[in-house]
Amino acid sequence: MNRNPQLNKHGELQHLLTTEGLPVSILLHILDTAESFAGVTEREVKKIPLLRGKSVFNLFFESSTRTRTTFEIAAKRLSADVINLNIAVSAQSKGETLLDTVNNLSAMHADMFVVRHSQSGAAHMMASHVRPDIHVINAGDGRHAHPTQALLDMFTIRRYKKDFHNLRVAIVGDILHSRVARSQIHALTTLGVPEVRVIAPKTLLPSRVERLGVHIYHDITQGMKDIDVIIMLRLQNERMLGASLPSTEEYFKYYGLTQEKLTLAKQDAIVMHPGPMNRGVEIDSAVADGKQSVILPQVTFGIAVRMAVMSILAGN
Amino acid sequence: MQLPDAEKLLADLTEQLRPVVDERIAMIGIHTGGAWVAKRLHQALGCSIPLGVLDISFYRDDYSKIGLHPQVRPSDLPFEIEGSHIILVDDVLYTGRTIRAAVNEIFDYGRPASIHLATLIDRGGRELPIAAQYTGVVLSLPADKMLELKQDTDGKLSLSLRDIRFPEK
Repeated sequence: MNRNPQLNKHGELQHLLTTEGLPVSILLHILDTAESFAGVTEREVKKIPLLRGKSVFNLFFESSTRTRTTFEIAAKRLSADVINLNIAVSAQSKGETLLDTVNNLSAMHADMFVVRHSQSGAAHMMASHVRPDIHVINAGDGRHAHPTQALLDMFTIRRYKKDFHNLRVAIVGDILHSRVARSQIHALTTLGVPEVRVIAPKTLLPSRVERLGVHIYHDITQGMKDIDVIIMLRLQNERMLGASLPSTEEYFKYYGLTQEKLTLAKQDAIVMHPGPMNRGVEIDSAVADGKQSVILPQVTFGIAVRMAVMSILAGN
Repeated sequence: MQLPDAEKLLADLTEQLRPVVDERIAMIGIHTGGAWVAKRLHQALGCSIPLGVLDISFYRDDYSKIGLHPQVRPSDLPFEIEGSHIILVDDVLYTGRTIRAAVNEIFDYGRPASIHLATLIDRGGRELPIAAQYTGVVLSLPADKMLELKQDTDGKLSLSLRDIRFPEK
């Protein structure tokens, strides 16, 4: 079966599992719709009745503050009922399988699942298993994908740089363990960014990453040249199995974004980070809090983008 | 069927509104046709409060049936809604559902002192208790016809009628 599991038979978005293989029209529709939702935040009543009477279940099998909270705010702004499941103390820890959990929650009349799981492919499995009227949003699965993060990053880039077609974007750091980087690369190339660079030591790059259409740099001072957008990635201590790095101090020395390294990029380059940041490991505080940083606007835009994704899915 | 001249209807509507519009009156057009009409009225009547535009996609009652409109645009209400006197403008008044959605959205910005409705055409067929205070013309049209306002590149407005059973060319 070749059909994209995210799309229904009319080619509309049924689930959001990954940015890989999504047509540019759907990506732009999400970004455009998010623009309209961004205005809602400035109103007296910050609610829209679109998802009234719908139940959104936040299923986080892996810890998260920012993503879970912004999904919750987004769903509440759309007037949905939001149920947060604390998986650590729930049935799964008593031995229930993922699909049994999903079946039970479906029996409680869930309309949408927002799921984060440490296993790559967990959201895909749920999507292929749920009733056809239920929508699944992947909020991060293992090393595979984190599509809403990538979409809010695209929204941020478009807000500051207006157009994707003349940009050079650098993704710096732990690409190997990063589902965010994978989703960003697919979204950036689909949206027409002509040059995407990955900057990392060999030990933190997936093998054959160049097949995704990116340029590889091991030296950040070379990689920063003519860059418009810098995306820093968190060094994922919890996913490091072996000794990929001598020490975090040495990593900072070679790959940590300092003001000095930042001056090698274009003067109006923006600095992004999906969070949570490790100050002094991948990014210096002076840069994280500096004039070129758009790290906090990213968080704010995340609400509008997640509202857009939920309202498009629930309407299809 | 001979359709009325949209420019003439607009001129009539402008004259109806002239006695009631003063510097306290705010005007809001509903995207897309209503916004065109509102822009022309706003200009002709020399309103001082900047023009507002509403996209009611997020408030439509047929969302659960037809999903989200593919081209949602941001609503822009560049004045304080609380306590304001509003003339809401749309091109065609039909079932009244669009107006219901627009009024709901306006109230999410604040509590206006009053809202009056001005439409270029009232084509009957109401499904909700909604009426326009100012209308260019009242027409009776069969339910299988869709009346559309169009704007050409010079900004000139015109009306067209099409069969809803056949998609637009």
